[in-house]
Amino acid sequence: MSGGVLVLGEIGDDGLRPSTLELIAAGLELADGGAGRVAVALIGADAPAHVQAVSVAGVEEVILAAPERERFEAHVWEAALGALIEARRPAVVLAGHTADSLGFAPAVAARLRLGFASDVTWVAWEQGGPLARRGAYGERLIAELDFPAKETVLLLLRPGACGARADADAGAGGTGASARISRVELDLDGVARTERIELREAPAGEVDIAKADFLLSIGRGVGGGERIGELERLARLMGATLSGSGPLVEAGLLSRARKVGQSGRTVAPRVYLALGISGAAPHVAGMSKARTIIAVNSDPGARIFDVAHYGAVADLFEVAAELERQLS
Amino acid sequence: MKILVPVKQVASIDGDFTLDGAGELDPRALHWQANEWDAFSLEAALQLAESSSAGEGFEVVVVTVADEHGEEGLRACLAMGADRALRVWDPALAGVDDPLAIAAVLAAVARREDPGLILCGVQSSDSANAATGVALAGLLELPRVAVVTAIEQDGGGLTVQRELDGGAVEVLRLSLPALLTIQTGINEPRRANLRAIKLARSKPSATLALSDLDLDVSDVREVAGARTVRLLERGRGEGASMIEGPAEAIAGRIVELVTRELRA
Repeated sequence: MSGGVLVLGEIGDDGLRPSTLELIAAGLELADGGAGRVAVALIGADAPAHVQAVSVAGVEEVILAAPERERFEAHVWEAALGALIEARRPAVVLAGHTADSLGFAPAVAARLRLGFASDVTWVAWEQGGPLARRGAYGERLIAELDFPAKETVLLLLRPGACGARADADAGAGGTGASARISRVELDLDGVARTERIELREAPAGEVDIAKADFLLSIGRGVGGGERIGELERLARLMGATLSGSGPLVEAGLLSRARKVGQSGRTVAPRVYLALGISGAAPHVAGMSKARTIIAVNSDPGARIFDVAHYGAVADLFEVAAELERQLS
Repeated sequence: MKILVPVKQVASIDGDFTLDGAGELDPRALHWQANEWDAFSLEAALQLAESSSAGEGFEVVVVTVADEHGEEGLRACLAMGADRALRVWDPALAGVDDPLAIAAVLAAVARREDPGLILCGVQSSDSANAATGVALAGLLELPRVAVVTAIEQDGGGLTVQRELDGGAVEVLRLSLPALLTIQTGINEPRRANLRAIKLARSKPSATLALSDLDLDVSDVREVAGARTVRLLERGRGEGASMIEGPAEAIAGRIVELVTRELRA
């Protein structure tokens, strides 16, 4: 195809990941800007099952690379993406900034000397090439990037950040319209590999925070954990499900199933009440689509106020105690 | 076995700063500290070395690509227990902070050192590319696992756990040589005591130029994945409508908002 946009769909153990539709929407926006036509590539033994879902209006081609691997394996995906890029020479490749992509996409970029940026939050087609933005200096600033002299640029887009709210129109899946289907054959001889021993699901009987309408979410601001009981009580009183940010999970104060954000769950509840959450990028990636975000933080400069709809600068335990008093 | 641990000093902006008209930052606004992830990858290397059967020699080598800002971080790694430190620098590398370019330099170091295992942090806290380690694995054609939360030695290889989105964990086996990117929380990084800090001064440490690695600065610049056009300030708090007043008023408004939104 030479030129154009190649979107790499992501298939998880539970089917096509919703971020794939965001990537397609971002690809279509680049096409509107003049990047050329949009193709979607699916890698995996069950890729053919998802053709219809990605055949969104505007997608001209669905390319299948179906290695005999039932599940994701970084080295096989690396070889497959490399083969796709060498066969099609797209101007832009869009993939998700996800746990799976991080295991192989940078390797492809390094080997093929591609243009590359990860955790991209904005992308446009300007003056014949892509322009991307991502955080810099711990997200205090935004860096705008271009990719001079790169025939192909691989961008990993932060889930939820790009491609507008694609879920609204593409959420039900594609129309199966007019996309052409083609295949790329893979030669996997000599591909390094890892052996999957087992997959440990999140502990059974654990809460599914992605299904909750109302999340009360806590972060580093709760301190060492002595007072988490107060917030568990408040969550019960408010009818909310308790969730939290990575640092609390890593400190063992909250179970892994309750983690919101990168390597945790992506959530979109009706109400997200964030208490003592600073709003670091990995967390925001998992909650920015909540319908109403209310944040309480003692730091007026906390990033969470950039994504929240309502904010209050206050001590979270004082507010929690008041909430409890008013609701009892 | 030799374990290579790439580390970096990260830049943060703590106070006020201004961008000039060209969207560039005055470097005086930057503060430097050790990357949070690197303490976990170094600790993982030290634990592997310590758990090995007696007689099997382990060497833990830390490496950074940095100007003299990198020295402090390397000294801290030696004090924590690393055996040897390497710093790669060339004035022509000034301003190069691209994960693919850094990976190209680290790949040349790895070819020279020939480690059995490379342990990188998942990402750095300043640019958060989460890419350098896996790019390095790609250049060296090494088996690799990203975002590792547990490591066990397993005969001649390793059994590791990797974090998936959604709380699940994948258990994988891989043979050596290999590269892992290490997630925070995998262990409890030790703190160096005074004796270790003194001892660190006598540990071997070397500075390499690009020419020592048979690299040319244009090789490094050409493989960089992106060029920074300019830096932009973020809109501050533009989304949030702020609730003012004492805790009582804030709580009252929250109850009102939650009730309204859940009913809608």
